[in-house]
Amino acid sequence: MSAASLSTGRRRGVWRGRIFVGLLLLSMAVGFLALGTLCVDVLQKGLAYFDSVLLTNGPSSDPDIAGARPAILATLYLGVLLILFTVPIGVGTAIYLEEYADRHRWPNRLLELNIQNLAAVPSIVYGILGLAFLVRGLGLGRVLLAGALILTLLVLPTVIIAAREAIRAVPSSIREGAYALGATQWQVVSRQVLPAAIPGIATGSILALARAIGETAPLILIGALTFISFNPTVMGPFTALPVQIYNWTKLPDEKFKALAAAAIIVLLIMVLLLNAGAIWLRNRYQKRW
Amino acid sequence: MTIIESPVQVAQQRERELPPPEQREVVFDVSGLTVRYGDNPALKDVSLEVYRNFVTAFIGPSGCGKSTFIRCFNRMNDLIPSAAVEGTILYHGEDLYAPAVDAVEVRKRIGMVFQKPNPFPKSIHANVAFGPRVLGMTDDLDGRVERALQQAALWDEVKDRLDESALSLSGGQQQRLCIARCLAVEPDVLLMDEPASALDPISTTRIEDLMHELKREYTIVIVTHNMQQAARIADMTAFFSVQIEDGRRSGILVEYDATPTIFTKPADKRTEDYVTGRFG
Repeated sequence: MSAASLSTGRRRGVWRGRIFVGLLLLSMAVGFLALGTLCVDVLQKGLAYFDSVLLTNGPSSDPDIAGARPAILATLYLGVLLILFTVPIGVGTAIYLEEYADRHRWPNRLLELNIQNLAAVPSIVYGILGLAFLVRGLGLGRVLLAGALILTLLVLPTVIIAAREAIRAVPSSIREGAYALGATQWQVVSRQVLPAAIPGIATGSILALARAIGETAPLILIGALTFISFNPTVMGPFTALPVQIYNWTKLPDEKFKALAAAAIIVLLIMVLLLNAGAIWLRNRYQKRW
Repeated sequence: MTIIESPVQVAQQRERELPPPEQREVVFDVSGLTVRYGDNPALKDVSLEVYRNFVTAFIGPSGCGKSTFIRCFNRMNDLIPSAAVEGTILYHGEDLYAPAVDAVEVRKRIGMVFQKPNPFPKSIHANVAFGPRVLGMTDDLDGRVERALQQAALWDEVKDRLDESALSLSGGQQQRLCIARCLAVEPDVLLMDEPASALDPISTTRIEDLMHELKREYTIVIVTHNMQQAARIADMTAFFSVQIEDGRRSGILVEYDATPTIFTKPADKRTEDYVTGRFG
């Protein structure tokens, strides 16, 4: 055959390829447009109130001196407690399920199925559970700790699933290599598997945390009060940033709606910082071996 | 210019003075070993002896159970829940599968190098130091790491970059690092499961040269696909084959003898067919 026969005059599949790329761009655009619109809208409305008053003052019936300090602090506290609770429990569960449990035995299979289903349970259900079990059953009361525990239950399945994926992604050749050198199972897990899985675990955990920080429904249910002018304590009544935003948007005064927009900016910045932290952590551990 | 030789020629050219049987020290005494995965016997009724400071090669077609076999010597099959081992392997007279024997203790003495280089995603130094660290051999760790890398003929290439990732090394270097990693815990036996099958010819030659050096101090057991390799490096060679019985495939040991015998005057027709390339 001569070389000229390669030029058939038409290129098959070109249009199909273009349509595919177009669809990909479209799906990306949906996300970008939604997020972009949200950001522009919130910035337009809220920038005027995004100032030191918002960060340092407590709530007030006068929108000009109203701030969200107690709510911001409570959200920070919730975030810290959430990390302290979810990461050890979530990673521990994931290690057990991946490295120790015999996947063929039915109690473990049931456990796995359960965890996957729990990840899909609406957050309000966790709120009801928290109200009945933590606030009333255990008599914890409507305190910040109860809120943190409910959010822990809410994101735990997500953290477990993310951590399991990260652990599973560690090649088995690494485990074999470590075992062949005479390492015990605990040494293999703690010195090889876990360090190799940290980037994935960190990313999954922080994304789950970012989601929990924006949660409103379960917190409202256990009575995250809206008018709290003092700094929160772990065992005291509290409000959280999303609850504060929700309440401000309900007020008739337009100024409060602008205030809500400003508080959304604060929340967005917090979530962005968390995500940046996740990326930093991942890159650091990927480079450092 | 390189002349490509058949394994038979290679084996013929090797002048080999093996110590007579009465002077050989038995490291492993395998008798009646059968390994099953679930109901399927992967390996059936294998008996042989592995001698000290010998290179012993296991050859045979795919699926003949030679990898399964080598993994019995350091109890790596324990990690596969469905695997069951019957028969005995005596290691210096001690039953490796006795209930009181700790698999971790076994693997400490009997190191293993795998088919695909599997360095840990850590620095070169940390890779070699891992074994000593988990076994508590941390006196003069740097000296230990250096000696191991020198034994594995890798020291000169990596001495200025010990803190770099082991994954930055070439495939051949990675495999020598894995060998160094084993040597760092001063094992008695080195098991190698097709250590050169993923490497280029030059790296393969280096690994083979290394084995010649190492057999002065260690007992080496190697699984290989490559018959020239077995002919070049092994003192003793075991030929495994596949037997089909009731529709089930299982590996059997066909013949075990000094390498030149296996390649030049094998007792079994199946061995002859295989080593001369007539295997169908």
